[in-house]
Amino acid sequence: MSFPWAEEYRPKHPFMRWMDDRLPLPRLVYNSVGGGYPVPRNLNNFWNFGVLAGLALTIQIVTGIVLAMHYEPSAANAFGSVEHIMRDVNQGWFLRYLHANGASFFFIVTYIHIFRGLYYGSYKAPREMVWMLGLVIFLLMMATAFMGYVLPWGQMSFWGAKVITGLFGAIPLVGEPIQTWLVGGYAPDQATLTRFFSLHYLLPFVIAGVIILHIWALHIPGSGNPTGVDVKSPQDTVPFHPYYTAKDGFGAGVALIFLAILVFFLPNYLAHADNYIQANPLSTPAHIVPEWYFWPFYAILRAFTIDFILPAKLWGVLAMFGSILLLFFLPWLDKSPVRSGSYRPAFRIFFWILLLDIAVLGYCGGSPAEEPFVMISQVATIYYFAYFLIILPVLSMVERTLPLPNSISESVLHGEKAEAAPYGARPAAAE
Amino acid sequence: MAAVEHSEAIGADGVRRRDFINIAAVSVAGVGGLALLYPLVNQMNPSADVLALAQIDVDLAGIESGQAIKTMWRKQPIFIRNLTPAEIQAANAVDAGSLRDPQTLAERTKEGHANWLITLGVCTHLGCVPLGAAEGESKGEFGGYFCPCHGSHYDTAARIRKGPAPLNLEVPDYEFLSDTSVRIG
Repeated sequence: MSFPWAEEYRPKHPFMRWMDDRLPLPRLVYNSVGGGYPVPRNLNNFWNFGVLAGLALTIQIVTGIVLAMHYEPSAANAFGSVEHIMRDVNQGWFLRYLHANGASFFFIVTYIHIFRGLYYGSYKAPREMVWMLGLVIFLLMMATAFMGYVLPWGQMSFWGAKVITGLFGAIPLVGEPIQTWLVGGYAPDQATLTRFFSLHYLLPFVIAGVIILHIWALHIPGSGNPTGVDVKSPQDTVPFHPYYTAKDGFGAGVALIFLAILVFFLPNYLAHADNYIQANPLSTPAHIVPEWYFWPFYAILRAFTIDFILPAKLWGVLAMFGSILLLFFLPWLDKSPVRSGSYRPAFRIFFWILLLDIAVLGYCGGSPAEEPFVMISQVATIYYFAYFLIILPVLSMVERTLPLPNSISESVLHGEKAEAAPYGARPAAAE
Repeated sequence: MAAVEHSEAIGADGVRRRDFINIAAVSVAGVGGLALLYPLVNQMNPSADVLALAQIDVDLAGIESGQAIKTMWRKQPIFIRNLTPAEIQAANAVDAGSLRDPQTLAERTKEGHANWLITLGVCTHLGCVPLGAAEGESKGEFGGYFCPCHGSHYDTAARIRKGPAPLNLEVPDYEFLSDTSVRIG
């Protein structure tokens, strides 16, 4: 894989040579994230967010494992054990706030990572598998985050679990048995809590496994870049280490400042006050909302209010799942040969409208199910689906794209010709 | 050796004995694997202690006309409502055929006990507990129940009238043991 000019791993120390002949793990690391992986030299800061997502997963796994040492997955004691973590366990408040806000951090960087992919056409050939594996990771993240939110067994935990498992009840015929099977009873209870705890512990490791596949699939064609032009020669790339380890390391430092601000100064800013009330099956909170990272999808779910052949409820559920499953077909919906949005002036306009549209959906999803939010979510849902099903396919047929640079190095080296010219000489390339 | 040659021999129909052994072994392993899957999947269904909570008796003596109570059955809320004559009249005034889930009040109550409306307190949309059973809660536009989660309005017979819920509030199986006592489940 990768390019012929990739630096080869040459262990110097006799022990490392001995190791390389028996278990070439250092070689694998060197070729994946070391000097042996050539990367386009023109990556901007948006290419930082994959590494940041990996960092977020690491934070979640480490804090999660230690929280599980103090948490008790029982309907009677779960809520109390979370308060025990907050008040009695040494630095328990820090570990829990880091885990709770770490989830939001994980979603923020992942959403930016996904939008990077949407803007720069990272999903296009030959990186379709990278894109689809990324979507699998996204779905697993959503399942993990949902089940994790149930564990404190507060009001939002309980009612969130009830509403989300209720979605499966919308499926005709088999819906109710599936719902009962998922919950292990007629309403969320002990059985639900223990199975969610088990799966919440398992899924992050499944995510880690799929991330390995995601990176493996990425390293076959190599990383994309902001021009969307393929790598053509050694001048187009630099080794991952030290160039991008340094750049990513700097980005990680900046991102961790934002996480620290959340954890230390606004630890409950993204949380719900209702979740500090113990779960009560007899009283629904006045306003059930999921965590912020589910709001756009929740808005799509609630946008369907009219029965049309199928019940409105089923349409909502289908649209919500469809809004993500649709993305699996994106590489074949957008047929434009130009990858990067920087060279697609018409696409760019619709892309920014999509971004705004999803923000509007998010706002409506976090608001009560009243007018005008229902109407706004309906319009925004139409645009979301139209963007992928109509606008992208049509654009790829009619759009006049801008001329692409001949190579990555040419796009990077504009102006540098003058600098490189001998002192006092007028650059010949002053076109 | 002669025995080995024999086992590799191809029969008149072109089938080796080893082919049969391969198919038989893989089939046994496959059936065994599927059989193992059953307990792994079925363990997630409600356990015996959850199913055991399936029946409750409720005393209705203290519920005045116009009042309602909430109780628990199968870990789910149950609404028991003593309808006023006006509420019964309002429910009967509607043409049942015009409703989303067509049912008359009579079909949703027991004969001779038309004032006792017993339903699950679980919105048929996504499972929230509707308001309207306790004093001072919103009863929605049709005087029955109102689900605050996604705005479903139920009428005085707990039938869905407005909002996203597809069905009326479910009426559980129950029987009157006496005039003031019911057994649910």
